[in-house]
Amino acid sequence: MIKYGEMILLAVILGTFTRLLLLRVDYRQYPGYPHGYIVHLTLAFLASSLGALVLPAMLEENYVAVTILGAAVQQFRGIRNMERDFLSQIEDTELVPRGQAYIEGIAKVFESRNYLAMIAALLTSFGYYFFNLIGYNSLNIAGGVIIGTIVVYVLYTLMSEDHVGDIAEIRVVDLEFVGPNNANLSVEDTVIMNVGLKEAKESWKKSGVGIVIAPKDDNARATLANTGQRQAIIHDVVSQLGVRLDVGVQDYTPLARINLHTGRVYIIMIPMEPDRECIIEAVRRTPVLEASRRAPLATKAGRMASD
Amino acid sequence: MDINDYILAIVTSYEDKDKVDNGSAPIFYAEDEEELEYISMMISRLTKSMVHDLGNGVYVLIKH
Repeated sequence: MIKYGEMILLAVILGTFTRLLLLRVDYRQYPGYPHGYIVHLTLAFLASSLGALVLPAMLEENYVAVTILGAAVQQFRGIRNMERDFLSQIEDTELVPRGQAYIEGIAKVFESRNYLAMIAALLTSFGYYFFNLIGYNSLNIAGGVIIGTIVVYVLYTLMSEDHVGDIAEIRVVDLEFVGPNNANLSVEDTVIMNVGLKEAKESWKKSGVGIVIAPKDDNARATLANTGQRQAIIHDVVSQLGVRLDVGVQDYTPLARINLHTGRVYIIMIPMEPDRECIIEAVRRTPVLEASRRAPLATKAGRMASD
Repeated sequence: MDINDYILAIVTSYEDKDKVDNGSAPIFYAEDEEELEYISMMISRLTKSMVHDLGNGVYVLIKH
């Protein structure tokens, strides 16, 4: 005889625990307060409860009960909207905005993590049931935990995103000043910005850095050309290394431009911490956004054109 | 209200007066290099716009 209570409880705990593990402050710098954690943990608890209830409902031949999963999907879409709204609202207060593409990506990740919690709970209950079925009644809790953990680990590894470091080579170089009065800031002969004020030029000379992101192939080139992706890189670097910038001082705004001939992305900025290794690491760890990901090499025309 | 990608003001010196003609943007004339720099910086901070050097002694302020 299967103890449904034990099975459901185990699945709910494992599902919620999965969400807790994924709920850490990472490069996105969000969420950072207990309120945010509570919101996500509560919803994860609900998600795992729904996932945990599926198998008992099936076993009791209460098939209609599975339709409650439809309600769950609606809930999680609510999470996505909540995250998107929040991040879009605070966009105006960011010196260096995240950009819509990045926000959309973050919102999607938050939504999918709830599904992950639900799947973890579901598979844990499957594991519990399976061990019960083959007769190892004493092992069913351990079995549920093991199967749930393995599947979650596999799913999480599969769901991990590419990083800029995977698709491009990154270097930090000095800025060049070209043109009349040396007013044109450039990196590797690509003019990025024209700075008129002497004071601003001095600052750029003293502490400005240029970042070169060289795409490894045509897919990477198309991906990096997306302005949302470039904004995400700038935002990540700035949020990790700081930037000398304030409202009304536009001259120090970090900018990203591409070289039309080589597809290389050049970023100029004045970081608080001019440590080159750290800058390279921050760029490398920036996720490749789903919205900007392109794969022209996967198409026939794209492959022919790349020859 | 933001007026983007539009020349908000032009700053130049009396010597380069002929290089700009009247348009919709106000033109400020400076006595010397120092004043030119100061006026452009001031307008830039006040209007949150960026100073660009056209290379011929004329500075334009544009909000991006």
